[in-house]
Amino acid sequence: MIKGKFIDNLPKVYGIYTGGFIGFIILMAIGEQMGMTAKAIGVAFVAFTIFIYALIGYLSRTAQADAYYVAGRQVPTVFNGMATAADWMSGASFVAMAGGIYFKGYGYMALLVGWTGGYILVATLLAPYLRKFGCYTVPDFIGTRYGGNLARLCAVIVLTVASFTYVTAQINATGTIASVALDIDFKYAVYVGLVSILLCSMLGGMRAVTWTQVAQYIVLIIAYLLPVFWISNKMGAGFFPHFMLADEVARIGELESQFGFVKNSAADLATVPKGLAGITKAHSAVNATPWAFISLALAMMMGTASLPHVMMRYFTTPSVKAARKSVGWSLFFIFLLYSSAPMLATLSKLSLIDPNLSTGIIGKSFAEVQAIDWFQNWNQANLMFISDFNGNGTLELNEFFMGGKAVVLATPEIAGLPYVISGLVAAGGMAAAMSTADGLILAIANAISHDVYYKMIDPKAETAKRLLVARALLVVIGFAGATIAAMEIQGILGSVIWAFDFAMSGLFFPLVLGVWWKRANRQGAIAGMILGLGSAIWYLVWVRTGGSGFLGLTQLTFGIFGAAVSFVAMVVVSLMTAEPDAATQKMVDEVRIPSGKSILGKQH
Amino acid sequence: MSNATKHWEKSRGLLFITLAIWAVFSMGIFLFGAEMNEVTGPFGYPWTYWFTCQGSLGIFVILIFWFANRQEKIDEEFGFTEREDG
Repeated sequence: MIKGKFIDNLPKVYGIYTGGFIGFIILMAIGEQMGMTAKAIGVAFVAFTIFIYALIGYLSRTAQADAYYVAGRQVPTVFNGMATAADWMSGASFVAMAGGIYFKGYGYMALLVGWTGGYILVATLLAPYLRKFGCYTVPDFIGTRYGGNLARLCAVIVLTVASFTYVTAQINATGTIASVALDIDFKYAVYVGLVSILLCSMLGGMRAVTWTQVAQYIVLIIAYLLPVFWISNKMGAGFFPHFMLADEVARIGELESQFGFVKNSAADLATVPKGLAGITKAHSAVNATPWAFISLALAMMMGTASLPHVMMRYFTTPSVKAARKSVGWSLFFIFLLYSSAPMLATLSKLSLIDPNLSTGIIGKSFAEVQAIDWFQNWNQANLMFISDFNGNGTLELNEFFMGGKAVVLATPEIAGLPYVISGLVAAGGMAAAMSTADGLILAIANAISHDVYYKMIDPKAETAKRLLVARALLVVIGFAGATIAAMEIQGILGSVIWAFDFAMSGLFFPLVLGVWWKRANRQGAIAGMILGLGSAIWYLVWVRTGGSGFLGLTQLTFGIFGAAVSFVAMVVVSLMTAEPDAATQKMVDEVRIPSGKSILGKQH
Repeated sequence: MSNATKHWEKSRGLLFITLAIWAVFSMGIFLFGAEMNEVTGPFGYPWTYWFTCQGSLGIFVILIFWFANRQEKIDEEFGFTEREDG
């Protein structure tokens, strides 16, 4: 079914799929009118979409190495853009981002700039050249460009550290959504999430992940944009929120100065459930120093260009030219969601705090707020909390607390949208977390199966055996990730940011200089990877254990220190040791020319 | 100078231009975040707020497509265009 013909028919296939999904939403809406319960709708949404992904995964099964590792290198630019966008936008982007903007304002929006600006580095410095190289994995490039198993192994280690940090957060997110939507205990929901993730990737590797990610993108973008437009129109804020919310942003500023940011005492705050926060920062004012903003943006941008699960998506395009264009499409599809997150945060905040709106709760009496249905629901779910600190019986701005996830999950309900939208949002969040988890688990499993097993341990292994190892690793890594996720050690967003910092510390300069600096050699690259990652981990531990840090680098931006160490180490060691041999230098020249054969053969 | 060297020099020039624009809109303008936010910008949003919500993000999207087109022209000029079957 999936051959050249399938590729030609892609727009039609996904057009029908999108139509079918919209039909399903309408069906659920009718079901709701006819008395279907909220729980049944939630279950139907999550189960139906997972079933579709699993079906796509099954239909894309393959026994060929290049289909398994790089989807046969025939994914058209626009579709690869969608797949990358789904691969990229994780549970954190979908569920937590609008909440972060809601609570932290400007300082947080550095992430928006960083997570998009990084694609410029991907498009200009790396993607087209790695595509020309023809590698299956990122360590494949490091191993061939610098030569030797040690360099390859170092790259595998950095990749595994960064991606594994990231993947536990994603499995955690699938577990959270599955446990809410299917109403089961989180400990089991994590494994339900994992099984759904593996269903998508196990049989078809990169090919299956590509086609499920496109399907997941369509679900998640509809699930994000539909409520934003609907709420905006319902509130009368504007037909097209992105261009029309200036008055609302100004109104929030007005209300903020009217209410004032009253600081709660530590004793009062101790009574607030963990993880919930109040509004303490201005919505649109600049509340961070230039360096705090720029360093966070820079760390995320360099991290973007070093994360292997993103890079390997550009190995699947038919040509170098297509790889470049595909980065543009990826960013376009990401832009659609990211530019909507601040709008959702604005609408959500205004609908809660404006006393002139029927949904506003600030200024109402406690008895009134406690009687509201949605407040009771989300209070029970531990995502909302009120407490009358000053005892005047009226809810003040500093007496209302909410969880970050609630901005995306609860706003449709607060604005009075039908429950079918909440079910849709749950399916969207699930799609976002699953697609990223799939990309990450596949990146780790492929690196270990291709670079460690095939290239180092058993170079004579037959394709069938290689793919068996790859699939077994997929399951093992998935279960390891789920087990750690079930322990609930870190929050979703914190560990995502750490992954970026780890990746940039160890891989950014070895990758970039591998293309742009012919003189870079094996010793330099190895030093860059080991010292970069090592110093990053040291800095993180130091800051976490009470160290003061320097240059204002925090536990969110420590990658800048790691990358700087990596750069210096790589340049100094390269210059102190012999330059790469003529064959390697010629290889670099070849990489820089888009036309002609790839460096590594089609099957390797 | 060989064809490949000239091609690489021109590609590198394009890289520097692209990265300069990138640096301005991802970092440079935020040096003046506080000052810029006092002024009303596109669609009535304050300038800095608009850049973080849409402006910088949109500029990045356009910049990548512009870069890809320019690079394709450079490749064509030196006869390094790929065959369509890749």
